Amino acid sequence: MTEVVATNQTILVVGGGISGMTAALEAAECGKEVVLIEKNPALGGRVSQLYRYFPKLCHPTCGLEINQRRVKQNKRIRVLTMAEVTSITGSPGDYTASVKIAPRFVNENCTACGDCGDAAETMVDDAFNYNLGKVKAAFLPSRMAYPQRYVVDPSVIGTPEADKIKAACKYDAVDLAMQEETVQVKAGAVVWATGWKPYDANKIQPYGYDRFANVITSVEFERLSDPHGPTGGKILRPSDGKEARNVAFIQCAGSRDENHLRHCSRICCMASLKQTNYMREAFGDEGKSTIYYIDIRAIDRFEDFYQKVQADPNVKFIKSKVARILEDKDGNPVLHGVDTEGYHRYATPHDLVVLAVGMEPSVSAANIPAEIVSDSSGFIEQDQANGAIFGAGCAANPLDVNRSVQSATASALRAIQVINRVARAEG
Amino acid sequence: MSIEKYTRNFLKEVEERVEEGHWVKMCMQCGVCAGSCPLGAHWEHTPQKIFMMIRAGKREEVLSSDSMWMCTSCYQCIVRCPRKLPITHIMHGLAYLAKREGLAPKNQPTAQFGQLFWDNLIKTGRVNELKLSLGMYFKDGFSQGIKNAMAMQSVGMGMMKAKRLNPMEIMGGHGVKDKSGFQAMLKKARELEDGRRKLA
Repeated sequence: MTEVVATNQTILVVGGGISGMTAALEAAECGKEVVLIEKNPALGGRVSQLYRYFPKLCHPTCGLEINQRRVKQNKRIRVLTMAEVTSITGSPGDYTASVKIAPRFVNENCTACGDCGDAAETMVDDAFNYNLGKVKAAFLPSRMAYPQRYVVDPSVIGTPEADKIKAACKYDAVDLAMQEETVQVKAGAVVWATGWKPYDANKIQPYGYDRFANVITSVEFERLSDPHGPTGGKILRPSDGKEARNVAFIQCAGSRDENHLRHCSRICCMASLKQTNYMREAFGDEGKSTIYYIDIRAIDRFEDFYQKVQADPNVKFIKSKVARILEDKDGNPVLHGVDTEGYHRYATPHDLVVLAVGMEPSVSAANIPAEIVSDSSGFIEQDQANGAIFGAGCAANPLDVNRSVQSATASALRAIQVINRVARAEG
Repeated sequence: MSIEKYTRNFLKEVEERVEEGHWVKMCMQCGVCAGSCPLGAHWEHTPQKIFMMIRAGKREEVLSSDSMWMCTSCYQCIVRCPRKLPITHIMHGLAYLAKREGLAPKNQPTAQFGQLFWDNLIKTGRVNELKLSLGMYFKDGFSQGIKNAMAMQSVGMGMMKAKRLNPMEIMGGHGVKDKSGFQAMLKKARELEDGRRKLA
């Protein structure tokens, strides 16, 4: 049974991505008790799935490693992974959350030696790589997973393979009898930081994400570019494994569109500009990028980055929202549309198309198990009516990493104020 | 130019005088309408270009363009427009304004057909399909008309067999019972529309 000691002076942080980790750390380092809930088997969220990130195009190992170390060293943070909040009742200063914890089938004895993975044979979808590859049914969620602990996929439980996996462990860490459990967590305030998910590209019918192998999303392109990703960092197109040297990036794939997401997702322009750098890194002058856009919205301090990409002769900008994609006989996606600078009609083949998909809240506010005020896109509004439940990061707005961290810090402060009030009242 | 004296702000005029014209300013120039139009390659100006020309005050170029006459009302542009502009309706509204202002392109087949259809309809309150077809066949002269009729012969015969085309309609054809009431209704409707759109 998972023991969670929490009181109404505890801050419950829901979501263990960059925002949740930040909120948890800021609160804990101010002396507050924190319970940090993460749905996945490891912390880090979508940032850990990037190849490089802004502002300095570091690998996410950089910023996340520091945060993981801070979490590990801080006795005030209790981390629950594979856990989801199913209900929140009560009022500011006195909440009770039900937390459902899925079985990992691996306990804290795990040293991440990998023997169980060697013993496993079944291959399962690799969620960390957006299902671009497969992993063994006993796997480490990612290289830098925190906690650094294996997971046994539920699909093999009850099979002889599970017994083999258990037998392979020298540390008695595989526990096949683990059951799903629900625990109650008391909290004075809640920081809701469940982040974002990429918009479902299948819904953008004219782009054929569901029909054409060589139409992928921007988050998948991050995994293709990562040396630790499914292709070992080679930018190979899915249909035939050919190097994709001529790549089209389509902006506003789902964003700023009354038929899809009403809002501007803010990050996608910078993400595509960044990804043209991956092309240069991979192929030098042989790597051609074309960005199809309505307008480039280079947020934050990054106008200079945009200008640098504009000056790159290997990057072409076409002011046009692509109308539709067809495929030629060689499997090349062919982009059709009309540009706005001269109104030229084009039908241009590329090796690979990357849809800069929009950002939607991973848990829409309507599905948060508490009364939450939200905007028309399902992002949490800052509103008195939310009591002491505070939205942070991409649960509250489409934000880049920098602004998510600012948003999370602000939410931590609001939560701390509630806890201080509770503490004063209790003497 | 006299036309420029007539109005200094064409966008405002479109907003007032064209059906759904107030949407024009919402266009963000993404171009999805142009790329999605099945006949787009045959238009003089694409819809997003028309909208930009309206904003730029190019009244004569817009109203004399053949673009809005090329629209077949397939509604693909409306379905895909990220800002939900009723592009089809705006196109028809612009065509109507162009027609009323006498700027519609000459010999534009859709415009010619529209006029024939209207003239045909208002006489009796019913469309006389025989006269309408003949009118289209012979719009470019007698010999071209004979050629058109010969080319369409099998279709015409088929329609007659299926009782969709009555050769006796040449005598005057069928109509509504209360022709004068029907025409009074049209007159009133036109008065109302003209008043609303300042077309009188």
